[in-house]
Amino acid sequence: MLRLRTLLLALAGAFALSGCQYHVLSPQGWVGDQQRNLLIISTLLMLIVIIPVLIMAVYFPLKYRADREDTSDYDPTFEHSNKIEVAIWGVPILIIIALGWFTYDYTHKLDPYRPLDHLEAGAPIEVEAVSLDWKWLFIYPEYGVASVNELAIPAGRPVNFSLTSSTVMNTLSIPALGGMVYSMTGMETKLHLIADETGTFPGRSAHYSGPGFSHMTFDTLAMSDEDFNAWIEERKTDGAALDRASYLELEKPTIDEPVRYYASVEDGLFDRIVEMCVEEGKVCMGQMMMQDEMGGGGLAGIPNAAAYSYDRARTIDGFGNLIDLPEIEVKALHEAFWNDPAAICGPDFAVTEDTKNG
Amino acid sequence: MANAQPAETFSPIFGRLTLDWIPYHEPILVATFAGVALGGLVVLALMTYFKLWGPLWRDWVTSVDHKKIGIMYMILGFIMMIRGFADALMMRAQQAMAAGEAAGYLPPHHFDQVFTAHGVIMIFFVAMAFVTGIMNYVMPMQIGARDVAFPFLNNFSFWMTVAGALLVNISLFVGEFARVGWLAFPPLSGANYSTGPGMDYYLWALQIAGIGTTLSGINLIATILKMRAPGMKLMDMPIFTWTALITNVLIVVAFPVLTATLALLTLDRYADFHFFTNDFGGNAMMYINLIWIWGHPEVYILIIPCFGVFSEIVSTFSGKPIFGYKTMVWATACIMVLSFVVWLHHFFTMGSGASVNTFFGITTMIIAVPTGVKIFNWLFTMYKGRVRLEVPMYWTIGFLITFTIGGMTGVLLAVPPVDFQLHNTLFLIAHFHNVIIGGVVFAVYAAVSYWWPKAFGFKLNDKWGKRTFWFWFVGFYFAFMPLYALGLMGVTRRMNAYPDAAWQPYFIVAAFGAVLILLGIISTFVNFYVSIRDRNENRVGNDPWDARTLEWATQSPPAPYNFPFDLQITGREAFWTMKKQGFTWPKENYKPIHMPKGTATGVMISALALAFGFAMVWYIWWLAILAFVGMLGLGIAHTFNYKRDYYIPVDEVAATEAKGAAA
Repeated sequence: MLRLRTLLLALAGAFALSGCQYHVLSPQGWVGDQQRNLLIISTLLMLIVIIPVLIMAVYFPLKYRADREDTSDYDPTFEHSNKIEVAIWGVPILIIIALGWFTYDYTHKLDPYRPLDHLEAGAPIEVEAVSLDWKWLFIYPEYGVASVNELAIPAGRPVNFSLTSSTVMNTLSIPALGGMVYSMTGMETKLHLIADETGTFPGRSAHYSGPGFSHMTFDTLAMSDEDFNAWIEERKTDGAALDRASYLELEKPTIDEPVRYYASVEDGLFDRIVEMCVEEGKVCMGQMMMQDEMGGGGLAGIPNAAAYSYDRARTIDGFGNLIDLPEIEVKALHEAFWNDPAAICGPDFAVTEDTKNG
Repeated sequence: MANAQPAETFSPIFGRLTLDWIPYHEPILVATFAGVALGGLVVLALMTYFKLWGPLWRDWVTSVDHKKIGIMYMILGFIMMIRGFADALMMRAQQAMAAGEAAGYLPPHHFDQVFTAHGVIMIFFVAMAFVTGIMNYVMPMQIGARDVAFPFLNNFSFWMTVAGALLVNISLFVGEFARVGWLAFPPLSGANYSTGPGMDYYLWALQIAGIGTTLSGINLIATILKMRAPGMKLMDMPIFTWTALITNVLIVVAFPVLTATLALLTLDRYADFHFFTNDFGGNAMMYINLIWIWGHPEVYILIIPCFGVFSEIVSTFSGKPIFGYKTMVWATACIMVLSFVVWLHHFFTMGSGASVNTFFGITTMIIAVPTGVKIFNWLFTMYKGRVRLEVPMYWTIGFLITFTIGGMTGVLLAVPPVDFQLHNTLFLIAHFHNVIIGGVVFAVYAAVSYWWPKAFGFKLNDKWGKRTFWFWFVGFYFAFMPLYALGLMGVTRRMNAYPDAAWQPYFIVAAFGAVLILLGIISTFVNFYVSIRDRNENRVGNDPWDARTLEWATQSPPAPYNFPFDLQITGREAFWTMKKQGFTWPKENYKPIHMPKGTATGVMISALALAFGFAMVWYIWWLAILAFVGMLGLGIAHTFNYKRDYYIPVDEVAATEAKGAAA
């Protein structure tokens, strides 16, 4: 009992010490609400079995102490009981069936890929979120503006996020609104959230991504429609243009980047980010996949390797500084190969090549 | 980004290792190094003074005795626990300080290495070392065997684990460790986003230790299947032996996946392959799936032997056979199979469809059923028993309470929509420490206090044992309950600083809990010291706990051959039956006992493996080639070693048995 009391005291003390916001328990949006409800349902379902176990874990050893006065109930042959077996398998199975049903239902209902149209809460807005080293870029394709480390959304309207990343994996997490989804390089993931009320909610990356990770935080400003429109207008009037060149500049690793805005965004920029071909001369992912489908470039494609190289130009050291590595020099290697294949692959190889050509 | 990494250079002799990689400008590391060096010198001097080098080499390092190897695994576990716990204290201190504008005392470059090292060390070199040590020590005796099936392999496995542990520790003073989290997800762990030697230390340390673990798994399976005393059917084996069997099956199935996954990442990093890179068609999601296909069974590899430990303890101290033996076995077997179909629950947030997430969520929940059954079985073993509340029982009750809570939060995380919110938050951290401290650590302490009298012939100090328990138990709740609370606020793991100062009080409470655990760890070592000092007052017989399994039929400490005669087993709880029938060991008609002979090959190959790993980390190719050829050469040479066994003569057996009877 003493143990439990220390525990409770510790918890009570911790709660009393600060006016923290339990975003997961008191979320500000429909998605978060539902997830919270499921959390509570699951907890209650499990308590049906957890509480008796906790009581028995303390009660049995005390009640059946070896030094108790009356040990007449000591029964060393009690090692099997069909009734108990049925109960200890049956009750947990029933609970898991119930929990499984809720899981099935809620997992489909709260699939992050599922648009929130069924809420009938007004026109959704699109946000393209890109995790950069180490900051967040939010592009508003319908308005042609963009912001760094600040996310503005209209309260009461669904937000359709498209996520991707420039180098490593991150997670877009706004606990007050609901769950998170990974942002991954070369891939596009989806997330749908909504803020019910206006307010400012903390957001961050929830997946460790390198030296500047702790500072990948941003404020989510949920505003009324008028304020949101005003915010968009304001963005359009000041700030630079986000085109391919300025994106490549922005993409370079920085830590604790201040909020900044872009008044215009080049068309198709997000798609190019996803396909890793913002830089001039790089082959887009879709193109590459098609080439692979057709059989690939083969040996003749070797000189083009630099056009497919992405990570190399973004190499960093342990402190987040870019390391300048020269482009891959496959061309020289390739020419050397054609001039004298035997020097690289051995004489047999040269023969087969000759036969082929002949 | 004030600092910069030393420039990448290459010399034929030292590879990319330069003086710049020695972190003499980091006061924390210099102080640690000074402490380790000083302590090391004192130990070396004392050993020389007391002339212990010979005995250490003959009786321990080259020994193939499963009991000595078991004890050495435990020593490795405790030493690495000090290292891993020091990392934990540093993290707790950093997070208690770095609120709002404050940056704390650890810059990200250092902090990120600390949390990576903490995870890697605690899982691979503390928890794995402990459970392997306990299985090694106890299991062969429980089945009435004299040693494991492949005694040399056992010695080799141990030293490979040590080589891996040493490589991780070398990274502290030569170079750096990885900054990627304990599972090293690419692309962050790839060649471009983890330059420098840190990630390579990670890869080679785990590969070298992984060889040891896999071989040890094969060895222990063979031991259980082939070396049981005559008459012992599988369904007669003690529960701990069952759990050891199941764990080692998991090891043998899961560890090759880890080896292959890390090999692919190694090819990415060393040979410019593109399995997991962003470009050239690589994809990190493959790695994340693969690593968790190993990673989830891994947590069961850690916890299942612990279930076995508690089964033995509950049964012994309740004076009853384990309740529902068959259910216990089948429940454990269910967990073994299910542990391979749940891996995706570690990344519900990757964007799989709702049906995939549902499938993996529900399979995960199903595991709660057999686990719950086991907990009920322990409870009903105490029911109508005579429960002696000795120190091992303290840990067991602490485990039942703590693990149950951890199990509940685990099922919460298995519900995909709930996980979307709690994924990667401190709630997750609290959950897995809840089951790993409440399960594995408590089990290790229970096992140490339970089997210590068997291993050394005297009991551990009761008072210090209880102090250790209370510090750990209360400390755990102080350290991790605040993290649950923080998780419910949505606070992310692995942050070295955070903007919201309102979180700070929780981190301070957590740091206080870590200090309590520190006191628990100090109490552990005080306990060892006090108990060894007063050993002559605490001497006990061969069966101090009135136990039920065969290991207690041996002398305390057991003779090298464990049992002077072959035993004929007739059912479960062999030793209990023997006691009821008034069994005593015959005093004559001894026969010479056939035993395996110690060999230095294991430690020598492992030393070369360490050199190989170090050379690969630093691109010292000549040394890597030499060490690798040396390993192969030694391994081949060992196949020509025909002096692998010897007979303990009758006189010696008689003398040992007489001495044991007199004690």
